[in-house]
Amino acid sequence: MSLRTALLFAASLLCAGAGAGEIPPSERRSGYDLMSRETRAIQDDDATNPGMLWVLDGEALWNRKAGAVGRACAACHGDARTSMKGVAARYPAFDAALRRPVNLEERIKLCRSERQKAPPLAFESRDLLALTAYVARQSRGLPIAIVIDERTLPFLDAGREAFHRRQGQLNLACSQCHDDNWGRRLAGSLIPQAHPTGYPLYRLEWQGLGSLERRLRNCLIGIRAEPYAFGAPEFVDLELYLMWRANGMKIETPAVRP
Amino acid sequence: MTTRREFLVLAATSLALSEAARAQLDPNLAANRKAAFQEALRRIVGDTQVRRGRVKLQLPPLIDNGNSVPLSVAVESPMTEADHVRAIHVLTEKNPLPDVASVRLGPRAGRATLSTRVRLADTQSVTAIAQMSDGSFWSDSAEVVVTLSACLEEGLI
Amino acid sequence: MARAIVNVPARAKRGEIVEVKTLAQHPMETGFRRTQTGELIPRDIIRRFTCTYNGTEVYRVDLHPAMSANPLIAFSTIATETGTLAFQWAGDNGYSVTETASIRVE
Repeated sequence: MSLRTALLFAASLLCAGAGAGEIPPSERRSGYDLMSRETRAIQDDDATNPGMLWVLDGEALWNRKAGAVGRACAACHGDARTSMKGVAARYPAFDAALRRPVNLEERIKLCRSERQKAPPLAFESRDLLALTAYVARQSRGLPIAIVIDERTLPFLDAGREAFHRRQGQLNLACSQCHDDNWGRRLAGSLIPQAHPTGYPLYRLEWQGLGSLERRLRNCLIGIRAEPYAFGAPEFVDLELYLMWRANGMKIETPAVRP
Repeated sequence: MTTRREFLVLAATSLALSEAARAQLDPNLAANRKAAFQEALRRIVGDTQVRRGRVKLQLPPLIDNGNSVPLSVAVESPMTEADHVRAIHVLTEKNPLPDVASVRLGPRAGRATLSTRVRLADTQSVTAIAQMSDGSFWSDSAEVVVTLSACLEEGLI
Repeated sequence: MARAIVNVPARAKRGEIVEVKTLAQHPMETGFRRTQTGELIPRDIIRRFTCTYNGTEVYRVDLHPAMSANPLIAFSTIATETGTLAFQWAGDNGYSVTETASIRVE
């Protein structure tokens, strides 16, 4: 890193910390804290949290041989409880070959096609959600730890810009709801601060498990903007920004939300 | 090119297909659901008088999402061979169908309880009915307010 | 694949009332929903849940479309003897899932 890049980098991070309207670290709340006692109880008990059905599916997939190579995830990575601990807290992470950040779903898809030589898993497919939930479950209780360097900084900036950009027919930015009006109500719903602490999560509305990108698509449709396709780089930038914005908050996967 | 007549026919057809629209247009919906509830109740209890008490139905009074409402029923009973709860039924007033769940149990259950999660289509009253081994019926009801979420999937706003 | 999760205490004292929690993986499609093009999605639900304890039925539930997706059924039973609790979920389109749990009674 040259001195000039380093200075730009430091300046950019400073700006990020002091942005107008952004939520100070002491006031950050997980969506968990804003939901009803009953919905929190569903998340709290593994015996009644329906997200655990996907986690157990993911565990079975982790140990099952797949693809032309005939190896299971476990054949390379061993016991996920140790090897995958903390991994979800660091994603999206920079991929040197693609020269851009990839989210956890993409990382699993890449591993599957490149290392296992298995047919690709579709975004939002049951198997991809299950594997992602199983991997992310191993980070439950650990703090989100996104580290930004000069390679990921431009993507973080793009994500931050997207978060603050007015869009859609309602001409709303993410920040107008989630930074400026969190804790207030939109129809019957409490507006959360939009920290992606529990993905993939079980949404009562979906009656199933879904990814952060599915939620982001719902938000965009809500403000009557054209949603991006699953896996679009615009989404990954936004995910990187949201995860970085939630740095230090604890992973809850599989979370439950209304 | 669609003529005005064709457009009106199309519009009327699509309206007829919409469940919500039909609910609004059907003046008998409330009466029909009430009759369905009475019918379900009669199927369970016959002509027997249902008494209030011995049953405790618990539901949150205000809920975030009608897809999954925690519900629990507990019936006071010694749960012995001679005196136990034989069945627990849960009914709703305004769902498309009144029946939710029917439990068969006996002394081996130890306690007469059910904990589950149910769908509630609307703000309404929910009823739990217990049938005792002596043939008597007891009940409890609870009122639940269902709120509507914002930013739903599939543009349902 | 995990089709159901059951939670039963591994050990209990004879005569103790134990809590049983079960979750089954199922969309519980009501039969009242429509696709975006207006076609009715056919009903697809679990119709019956049964729990037997060493072969004797101790708890049974008839389910209707108003039961939530991935239904939770929690109840209690008396720990009478060491053995197996067997759970069965049966429903539309030939759906049938079984799960068992062992209990040691002292």
